[in-house]
Amino acid sequence: MSAALLDVDHVSKRFVKQKSLGERIASVLGAGRKSEIVRAVSDVSLSVHKGEVIGLVGESGCGKSTLGRIIAGIYTPSDGNVLFDQKPVAKQQGRRTSKLTTRIQMVHQDPFASLNPRMRIGDTVAEGPVTHRIVKAREADGYVADLLARVGLDPSYRRRFPHQFSGGQRQRIAIARALAMKPDLLVLDEPVASLDVSIQAQVLNLFMDLRRDLDLTAIFISHDLGVVRHVSDRVAIMYLGRIVELSPTADLYAAPNHPYTKALFESVPRIGVGRRNFHPIAGEIPSPLNPPNGCHFHPRCPFAGPRCRAEAPPLTAIGSGRFSACHLNTGGTA
Amino acid sequence: MSEAVLSVQDLRTQFKTRTGMLNAVDGVSFEVGRGRILGLVGESGSGKSVTGYSILGLIEPPGLIAGGEVLLNGRDITRLKGDELRRVRGAQIAMVFQDPMMTLNPVLKIGTQMIAAVRAHDRVSRRTAWERARDALAKVGIPSPEERLDAYPHQLSGGMRQRVAIAIALLHRPAVIIADEPTTALDVSIQGQILAEVRRLADETGTAFVWVTHDLAVVSSLADDICVMYAGRIVETGAAADVIASPRHPYTAGLLASVPAEHEPGERLPQVPGSTPSLSDLPPGCAFAPRCFKAGPACTTTPPIQKFEDGRTALCHYPIESNSCQPLSSTSTTYRSAS
Ligand SMILES: Nc1ncnc2c1ncn2[C@@H]1O[C@H](COP(=O)(O)OP(=O)(O)OP(=O)(O)O)[C@@H](O)[C@H]1O
Ligand SMILES: Nc1ncnc2c1ncn2[C@@H]1O[C@H](COP(=O)(O)OP(=O)(O)OP(=O)(O)O)[C@@H](O)[C@H]1O
Ligand code: SF4
Ligand code: SF4
Ligand SMILES: [Mg+2]
Ligand SMILES: [Mg+2]
Repeated sequence: MSAALLDVDHVSKRFVKQKSLGERIASVLGAGRKSEIVRAVSDVSLSVHKGEVIGLVGESGCGKSTLGRIIAGIYTPSDGNVLFDQKPVAKQQGRRTSKLTTRIQMVHQDPFASLNPRMRIGDTVAEGPVTHRIVKAREADGYVADLLARVGLDPSYRRRFPHQFSGGQRQRIAIARALAMKPDLLVLDEPVASLDVSIQAQVLNLFMDLRRDLDLTAIFISHDLGVVRHVSDRVAIMYLGRIVELSPTADLYAAPNHPYTKALFESVPRIGVGRRNFHPIAGEIPSPLNPPNGCHFHPRCPFAGPRCRAEAPPLTAIGSGRFSACHLNTGGTA
Repeated sequence: MSEAVLSVQDLRTQFKTRTGMLNAVDGVSFEVGRGRILGLVGESGSGKSVTGYSILGLIEPPGLIAGGEVLLNGRDITRLKGDELRRVRGAQIAMVFQDPMMTLNPVLKIGTQMIAAVRAHDRVSRRTAWERARDALAKVGIPSPEERLDAYPHQLSGGMRQRVAIAIALLHRPAVIIADEPTTALDVSIQGQILAEVRRLADETGTAFVWVTHDLAVVSSLADDICVMYAGRIVETGAAADVIASPRHPYTAGLLASVPAEHEPGERLPQVPGSTPSLSDLPPGCAFAPRCFKAGPACTTTPPIQKFEDGRTALCHYPIESNSCQPLSSTSTTYRSAS
């Protein structure tokens, strides 16, 4: 296989946690704790090839957005490197005209928060490509009109402000703004999570059209297993900052390997399976402030053994193109 | 259906705005029986929350209940005021919100709040109230409930807080709980736990639930019956499994068809054209007409409620006949593990 377009190489990200209002109040009342380190992403490696769509799945707080932001060069990793076309992404940070960071674009989780409410959306979409001389200022208007048409919006909308649009339309605008930079890699963070199902279908169809027409490479972040199955070639399942399973989509859904993936698939309500027919995973999601030793999933895993409590299982090959991080795969007992 | 504990009849809730009256809830009727779970589904802005608030008498100006009845065990509670309303609310009917902090006070321990909630309706000792609080936490699946009573809300995870809110709603064994998107903000694995718990509670305690959500998969796994709302009206009702297997209303059919899990990966998804209309600018007749693939000449007039033999209803001039509609297959989406 040719060299990967994107190489995420043993990347970790730690944050110092700020206290919430509730915690500050409680610490006055004597129930608080000191500031702590959040291990948002731990030792993640991933290669993405040109034209590929990788789905990134996991529950809230498992580090999906953080990993997406590291890939897009918005966060610098605490450890490890991200290579894009074999060149490090993080080193380019801060230099405004860096070619590299314009070639990776991110569509953020909340489309409303990411659009400037005081700017006409035409100006919002044109800002990046004009600054980076992808188009000349006098050609920007036509460029934006084409892009809006491309994402299924009336080109006359470019004179309007964000509040005049529905959630689905704002999501299209955010996608148009990212596409305006002619990116080679698109990171989409929960692009349909806030949308009603009927609108969600419009945005997913748009994504599939763009992918076909522009040969996009993309990281598609979502907690929705059905959505990810629909749009991705491969899927990475994250749990508490680590990738626990990575597999071609069809293989993963046909036969998940990791106990967490299996449990997740069984615990998600689905249309058509009928009432009462799902099996929730027992136990709480542990805090990333204080992750369990060994395999992070061991407190909730029905197969956990002594080795799981002591030793973190590495992500290892379990078949063609498939990887899983579970001791059950590496012989002997868990 | 057995005798209804909650019966909503022709409920109308309006908001006065600069541009005129908005009919946020426009003639909504449904019934829920003991121990049953009714899923109230619809897109954002369709009037689900306002329906829930109206039932509990939580509508405040510029909103008002312009008509209809809410019968709780046969008694209309829309005209209750002050003390009378407070005696009913919390004791016979309770609400769970999307954000549990709407129910919980951040600076008081869980135990303090729950004891106060018990004693708001029952004259019992603090000790008895504490025991009831502990039992209620255990009932919603909270491990080591004694310790949790001693915790502040922020010391619990989001899923735990939502369980506490459900436990508080259950304290007085109300006949009905209205739950407004209570698991939308939670993780999928925690959502699964709460749905399983609620199903068990409905079966064991006989409490009836109205479960407000926009998530069809949740309703499909949890609810006995479904009401689908569109632009302030109920457009389809029926047993959850029947409605999902063969929707009668074109809007319900459109919603179900656009769910990715029902299609081959990468396949183009059928989409409902257009977007949710603004309530201040509804077309005459059927509000869904501009987006409807079945719209015909009659649709400029208000559609009738069509009744079907299996107890289902659809608000539509040209409802989908059961055999002309492709049943949605459930076998195409096996997420089940191979083991
Ligand atoms: N800027 C930050 N400062 C401190 N902590 C952070 C920051 N960003 C993320 N975190 C923490 O890192 C962890 C991972 O967060 P992240 O937003 O990546 O999760 P996620 O998988 O995207 O979750 P969600 O599905 O809720 O969007 C969380 O515990 C979060 O609180
Ligand atoms: N206080 C208010 N003043 C004016 N209009 C209101 C008010 N509260 C709700 N509405 C309107 O009533 C309609 C129904 O709103 P409601 O909150 O019931 O929708 P919903 O179905 O719960 O949507 P969502 O899924 O977004 O929660 C909306 O058009 C909304 O704008
Ligand atoms: S390593 Fe052990 S605890 Fe972790 S998933 Fe595998 S069996 Fe379960
Ligand atoms: S009444 Fe007419 S427009 Fe409305 S849903 Fe039925 S067929 Fe469609
Ligand atoms: Mg995120
Ligand atoms: Mg609502």
